[in-house]
Amino acid sequence: MKSIVCGLLVLLFSTAAISADNRYNFDSQQDRALFLTLTAELRCPMCQNQNIADSDAMIAHDMRRKVASLIREGKSEQEIIDYMKARYGDFVYYEPPVTVATVWLWVLPVLFTLSGLILVLRKRSAPADADTRARLQKADQLLERDK
Amino acid sequence: MKKSLIVAIPLIIFLTMAVFLFKGLFSDPRALDSQMNGKPLPDFQLPDLMNPRQQYTSKDLTGQVTILNVWGVWCVTCAVEMPYLTQLKEQGVRFVGLYFDQDLDPDFGTKRLTDVQNEVTEMLAQYGNPYAFNIFDVQRDTSLDLGVTGAPEHFIIDANGIVRMHHVGDINERVWNNKVGPMYQQLVQEAGGSQ
Repeated sequence: MKSIVCGLLVLLFSTAAISADNRYNFDSQQDRALFLTLTAELRCPMCQNQNIADSDAMIAHDMRRKVASLIREGKSEQEIIDYMKARYGDFVYYEPPVTVATVWLWVLPVLFTLSGLILVLRKRSAPADADTRARLQKADQLLERDK
Repeated sequence: MKKSLIVAIPLIIFLTMAVFLFKGLFSDPRALDSQMNGKPLPDFQLPDLMNPRQQYTSKDLTGQVTILNVWGVWCVTCAVEMPYLTQLKEQGVRFVGLYFDQDLDPDFGTKRLTDVQNEVTEMLAQYGNPYAFNIFDVQRDTSLDLGVTGAPEHFIIDANGIVRMHHVGDINERVWNNKVGPMYQQLVQEAGGSQ
């Protein structure tokens, strides 16, 4: 059982490594690692919902080639991300920037949870009204009597 | 009073969601904001497709309003729009082709230039030739700089070489009358109406 789980986990995490091109040569292991990171983080503008490591669209090929050549030129990760953003917009990077339009993605769930929490707490701390108290007393009396 | 407020909140949430999702029905997830609008063409130096000794730079696209059409023979939609573009050219619209080849892998394996030229000549003979000339984007670098994702795409460039509109997809009569044509006419007027 354990080995099956292990095998499945390996399968789960191996796709990115297989799909990214191994055709590009780099001077160092760091450069290769950076290439794998970047091709997983950059999004294909043609077949959306795939990163450029996974996609076989021509544009993804060209972007991988560009990423490889920029890495060889010694550009940093952020510089390459900015390079692609300058051409394909914020869309091309899987981590959207926080703007007036996107900040709601973070704020709304928090607001929702908080308002729910406040509602529950207020309900719990509200004193039981007289009617409920009277009925509880009655119930207690009944229980006493039936003992 | 308080009770009606509690009833109203889910209703308001529901209505907001409904409007949001309804708008989503008609939005095109492929429509990206072009990064080129209002910017000058990126620098390039590329050969003419038919006569590689002739070199072009971004300066060759200034001086008059031009529609830069990104295309290739492998692109079906390009073939579909070509007769209409040829009609427009006959009315005086200036098209320049930015040609790129899909089978040409700049790193691994190449295709002979004459093969590409033959394919192009054949296609233009069949569907009409709207182009003043064709620039050959050999490495597809300029397409990448322009933010091209496929073909056909069109860049409407004013007389100063500034990209004023980036249209993804084909130009047909409807697109021309509603979107591209008015922009083109406006730019021609800005340039002094000499075209």
